[in-house]
This record gives sequence, structure tokens and C-alpha cells, in this order.
Amino acid sequence: MSDTHAQTVPFVRDTMLPSAAPPIRESGAVRWMRENLFSGPVNTILTLLGLLIVWFLIATFWDWFAHSVWNASSLNECREIITATWGDTARGACFAVIRERWNQYLFGFYPRELYWRPTMTFGLLMVALAPVLFSASLTIRRVVLAITAVVTLWAMVVLGAPVVWLAFAVLVLAGGGYLSERNITWLLPFSALYPLLGVWLLWGGSLWGPIFVLVGPALGWVAWRLLSRVSGLLATVAAILVTLVFWMVLAGDATGDAERMLSLSIESVRSDRFGGFLLSLTIGVAGIALSLPLGIVLALARQSDMFLIKSLSVIFIEFIRGVPLITLLFVASLLLNYFLPPGTSFDIILRVIIMVTIFAAAYMAEVIRGGLAALPKGQYEAADALGLDYWKAQRLIVLPQALKISIPGIVSTFIGMFKDTTLVTFVGLYDPLKSMSDAVRANIEWKGIYWEPFIFVGGIFFLICFGMSRYSMYLERRLQRDHR
Amino acid sequence: MKKSVFLGTVAATTVLASMAMAQEGGATLAQVMERDELNCGVNTGLVGFAAPDANGNWTGFDVAYCRALAAAVLGDPDKVSFVPTTGQTRFTALSSGEVDVLARNSTWTYSRDTDLALDFVGVNYYDGQGFMVSRELGVTSAKELDGATICIQTGTTTELNLADYFRANQMDYTPVNIDSNAEGEQQYMAGACDAYTTDASGLAATRAAFADPESHIILPEIISKEPLGPAVRHGDNNWGDIARWTLNALIAAEEYGVTSRNIEELVRSSTNPEVQRLLGTTDELGAMMGLDAEWARRAILANGNYGEIFAANIGEQTPIGLARGLNAQWTQGGLLYAQPFR
Repeated sequence: MSDTHAQTVPFVRDTMLPSAAPPIRESGAVRWMRENLFSGPVNTILTLLGLLIVWFLIATFWDWFAHSVWNASSLNECREIITATWGDTARGACFAVIRERWNQYLFGFYPRELYWRPTMTFGLLMVALAPVLFSASLTIRRVVLAITAVVTLWAMVVLGAPVVWLAFAVLVLAGGGYLSERNITWLLPFSALYPLLGVWLLWGGSLWGPIFVLVGPALGWVAWRLLSRVSGLLATVAAILVTLVFWMVLAGDATGDAERMLSLSIESVRSDRFGGFLLSLTIGVAGIALSLPLGIVLALARQSDMFLIKSLSVIFIEFIRGVPLITLLFVASLLLNYFLPPGTSFDIILRVIIMVTIFAAAYMAEVIRGGLAALPKGQYEAADALGLDYWKAQRLIVLPQALKISIPGIVSTFIGMFKDTTLVTFVGLYDPLKSMSDAVRANIEWKGIYWEPFIFVGGIFFLICFGMSRYSMYLERRLQRDHR
Repeated sequence: MKKSVFLGTVAATTVLASMAMAQEGGATLAQVMERDELNCGVNTGLVGFAAPDANGNWTGFDVAYCRALAAAVLGDPDKVSFVPTTGQTRFTALSSGEVDVLARNSTWTYSRDTDLALDFVGVNYYDGQGFMVSRELGVTSAKELDGATICIQTGTTTELNLADYFRANQMDYTPVNIDSNAEGEQQYMAGACDAYTTDASGLAATRAAFADPESHIILPEIISKEPLGPAVRHGDNNWGDIARWTLNALIAAEEYGVTSRNIEELVRSSTNPEVQRLLGTTDELGAMMGLDAEWARRAILANGNYGEIFAANIGEQTPIGLARGLNAQWTQGGLLYAQPFR
């Protein structure tokens, strides 16, 4: 057979042909478009419709953006500039209002000469967050801390921070960087102390205040050590009591006395000076940091076998989820004043933070309960079989898996809560979106300005929320344990 | 058993707290003195009446009243903490004690005075609801607005006034509900409604901020009475007196020709007994309400008399350009009439 073949075929190719380029329809951009945009009649129509909408949007709004004015002192001046430059019928954006009032959108009515303080506070926040958020990857940590250091120090210099505080910031940032290179867990004590430091830097006052806040739990620990040999329960109760009594009765006077002996004060700033993104971020960060642990506790309580704990948790969650956030904010701002003795001043931002926290915690509890429910029963049983007690089982087996499952839901709740901070406008606080814009518009120079502040504030909100969303995706990838 | 003890404790605490509040309620002046600061409820932002500037300093017509009151009571027009209040929170903020006085362009109405337990201490601005239309519409009177679409803020007295007015004149209209003044301007400019209605002072400010004010007119009809004034809580009459007579002092000062510029001279040289009593050079009027003799002098010095405050914030020389109209002195054909200082 092969013989015949060899004789009847005059030529047999003994080298391969060089591979030809694929046909133009099957390669490069054309192929991508064919596959992704025009793969069928429906997709083709949708693509064309989408293009039409994009074109329509650009055609409608392009001139408005193109005729932006950045340098003017009033809306009328903006209009004059636009008319003078682009003719009578031209219209244009007046972003000069952002240039004039950016500080109020970012810092509210915080004293101008102290703008560096919130800036530094949020710079140090990144250092405090590094061991929590970026514990796994040295590269990411390096990038984040380097960017934070450069931006924070640059902003502090621009905003006129005193040299002493610049040195302090350099010290903390450099220390954070060093520890992050060596062993990131050494930074955790800083993270634990950060809330007190942040509160002190934002509101000012005497450093003795936060110090004596710390003394409370320290004394409580001493009491616990002394009594723990007698009875565990008694020791715990005594520790809590000692801490509370110290905070309520002694801490205030002690702060005053210590302050008289050695003054460690920085200028204090009242809560009504807070506004804009400073307010949103303060409430948002505090709410996020507090609502997650509270939510975990609530979720575990709801799963508990103990009737009282379970019912209390169910009542709390269902009640808080059942009322709108605005109701809670009104309660915080107005109703509380009727119940508290007259003359007590209970800081309005603190009240709002408490309400936002319990609101977010109720949602968080349900999200985490979803994660707990998704865990196969075998995991719980395996933990029991290993002889772990309840807390160890939760800490080592159950929660790490449940929280991983819940990450998208948790981050959604965070993002929702952060955006909900704009609702404080209804209790007379200056949120960046509505109240601050209304306040700016209440000056005759900027009356009539409408879209520009929305675009600016919306852009910043988008950046922050998008950042959170990307971080959650990174975390999901990092924690992926299955091999798909 | 335990529960009832707990509930009992809560109830007792509440009763005690409210009793304490009732007692304290008679001592707003003492509280303000002790705090050394006046808590004044103002609008979160209304052109000409109350607005924070780029540095967070408050200015405006209502703000000036707060400063005058602080000057009268505490001796310093800057010892005021301005508490921004929204339309929803303003009256609760006052009755819960968060603010000592509310100067927030609030209309003095029967139900607010009685049911909400407020005491309006006077009127610092006589406003009224008006309409603004585009000149192209060719309308010259509100009576010709039959069938028009009208932009109207929800949840305000203006909404009810509008319904009353159109029903009384047997006309129809289509309301376009809006949430805030800024949104109303947008809707009106975008042509979503033929007419925009709100208080006449607000209309004037809105029109002044348009790119082409000339192509919009404010119709002559004023369809409601909106006497705006500062308010205090029921139950502390002395504090109410202080708030009322501070306002009266500003109005009377204009009537007698006392301005922030000539006041020092008048203190020395005035022979008019009314002026002498007002400025505390004769009689001890201040002592009758727990203040010193020079309270009114300081109140007037803070921002000038009523006329000066009006001219500086909303008068014809400002971009808002409001005429005195009803807010002129009674001697000039207006409604301002301060009770005698005697």
C-alpha cells in the first residue's frame, strides 16, 4: 500500500509550512469586538444602543464640562467669564465654587490653622490599619505605607503643621514602616491605642484624658488579678465595676488635676466645628470599627442555645432593623435631650456614632449569621470532636470560615453605612452632600449653584467606596482556599 | 419583681428629670450666664437670614438678632453658639432645651404658639407668599395662573396657602413637589413648572441669583401672612421678656434715630427721655429683668439698630435687594411698632 503510494505521488513535503497569520476576522481587536460586542443580533442592538447613549451623554454634557471655570469668586463672575470666552449662549460648569470652598467640603468649620490635625489623624489611621488589613503581603504594605507617608507629610507641610508635630508624624510613620518590614504584629499595640490617639488629635484637649481612660481598664485588671484566686465570677464583676467607677467618678477630676500639674493640652475643637468629609469619615470609620465586633457578638448570640441571650439578641436585631436610620438619628439628637438631666452635654457626634453603630451592627449580625449558617455542620462537630471549648471553636474553626464567606456582605454593609452618614443632615450636622452645599448656596455669591458640588462630593464618595469594594475582592482572592 | 423595680426606677428617674427640667426652665437666664454662651437655633443656610461664610463665621438677619441678644445678656456679641436646625428639628430643639432661643425665620402661627408651647417674642420680618413667573409667560397677576403648574416645597405652610388661594379663586393648578429651595430653582429654570412660589423674601433672593433676573417677574399678589420672629420656650417668662425687649430695643432705636455710630454721643447728650431710658442713662430698666442698665446699648452696638441690620443683610443695597415695605417703622407706613420703654 505504502509502496504504491510512494510511486504514484510525485512530491512529498518534508518540511512544515510556516504558520500563516489568522484571518483578520479571527484576530486582535476585530475578533474581540465580534465575540464581545456583536456576537448576535441582540448583542449588536444592545451595543449600538449603548453607544448611542454614550454619544448622547457626551453630546449633551460635553460643552458644559469643556467650559468649566475654575477661577472666580462668585457664580455671576463665572457666568461673565463663560459669556466673555465662549459667547452669549454658551453654558459651562462653575467649579470655582469647589476651588473657593473645598476646605469646607473636606473639613467643615474646623479651624483653618488646625487642618493638619485631621490630616495627620487619617494618615496615622493607615498605619494603624496596616497590620489589620494588609497583614499578609509585605509588598502591598510597603506601597500603602510609602504612599501614606508621602501624602500625609506633604499635606501637613502645605497646611502649615508645626515642626514638633511634623517630627511626631515622621516618627510614627517611620516606626510603622520599620515594624512593618520586621514583624507586622508588633504594630498591633499601636492599632489598639489608635482610637484614643485619633479622638485626642481630632477633638484636642488634654492628653491626660485618654491616659486616664487607659488607667481604668488597668486598675480593673489589677482587681481581677487580686480576686481571681477567690472566684472567677467575682473577679470579672469587680474588674468591670472598678473600671466603670474609675471612669465615671475619678477620671474627670484626675484629668483636671494632672493637667494643672503638667499641661499636655492641644487646642480643643468642638463638635459643631466638624463637617464635610471629616464628619463623614469620623462617623464612618468609628461606625465600621465598632459595628463589626458588635455584629459578630450579636450573630453568635443569635445562634446561641441560651434562651435569654438568644431572645435579647433577636429582639435587638429585629427592632433596630425594623426602624429607619433617620428615626434613630432623631432619637439621638432630640429625644435623648428630654431624658437626660438638663445641663448634661452629651456630644452630638458621639450620639450619632452610637446610633449608626448599632444600626450597622444589626445588619452586620444578619450578614454574619448567613456565613455561620453556610458552614457545614461537620465543621462544628469537628471542633467539638477536637475537644475545643466554645470560644476556641468559634475563634479557630467557625469564625474564620464564616467571616470569609460573609466578606461581600460585610463590605456591602460598610459601604452602605458610609453613604448613610450623609443622613446626619437631618439632625443639623454638616454632611458634605446636602447640608454643606446648602450652606455654601446660602451665600449670595454661590446661590444658584447646583450640580458642581454634587459632582465633586459624589466623586470623592465613589473613590472611597470603590476602594473598599476593590479591597474586599483582594481579600476574597487572598483567603481563597479551594482549588478551582 | 425585679422588672417592676427596674421600671419603677426608670419612671422615678424620668419624673425627677422632668421636675428638674421644669425648675430649671425658669432659669434660662441663669443657665446662659453660667455657660457664658447663648445657644441660638438658626437656619442651616438661608440667603440673607443665616449663612456661614468660608471661615465658618455666621452672618445674616436672624444671626444679627442672636448677636444682639448675646451682647445684651453676656456683653459680647461673639458669645453665641449657632445651632443649625432643620425644618423638622427646629421646634423640638427649642422645647428640649438644646437652644435658648430660635431665630430661624419661623412663622408665628396659632398652633405653634399654643400647641407646640412656644412663645414668639415678636416679629422681626413680615413676609408673605408670592409667585415668580418667567416674563415670557405674559402673566401680570396671580389671578391669571389658572391651570398653571407650580413648584412648591412640600411640608410647609406655603403648600397649604397655595391650595387655599386657588380654591378661594376657583382656579386649578398642578403642583410640582420639591424638597428644597435649590431644587425648586433647578426645576423652575428647567421649565418643569410655570411658576415658583415661596416667601417673597426667598423669591427675591432666588431671582437675584439668576443669570438673567430681568426675564423673571415677581407677581404683585401676596397670598399669605408670614410674620417671622424669634421664639422661646413656654414657661420662662423672664427669658421671654429679655428676648422680646432686645428685639424691641433694636426697633425702637431705629425709630428714635439711635444708630451704632451716634450711640456713644447720644448716651452723653440725648435729652429725649425715651432715648435716655432705652440707653439706660435714666431709670434702671435693665434691672427689672435681671440685666444691667446698659443692656440695650450693647444690643444696639452689636450690629446697629433694626434699620442698619436690615440694610446690611437684605436691604436694597445688597444683592438680595428687599424694600422695607411692611417692615418699615409705623411712622413710615410700615408695621414695626415697638412698645414704649417705660
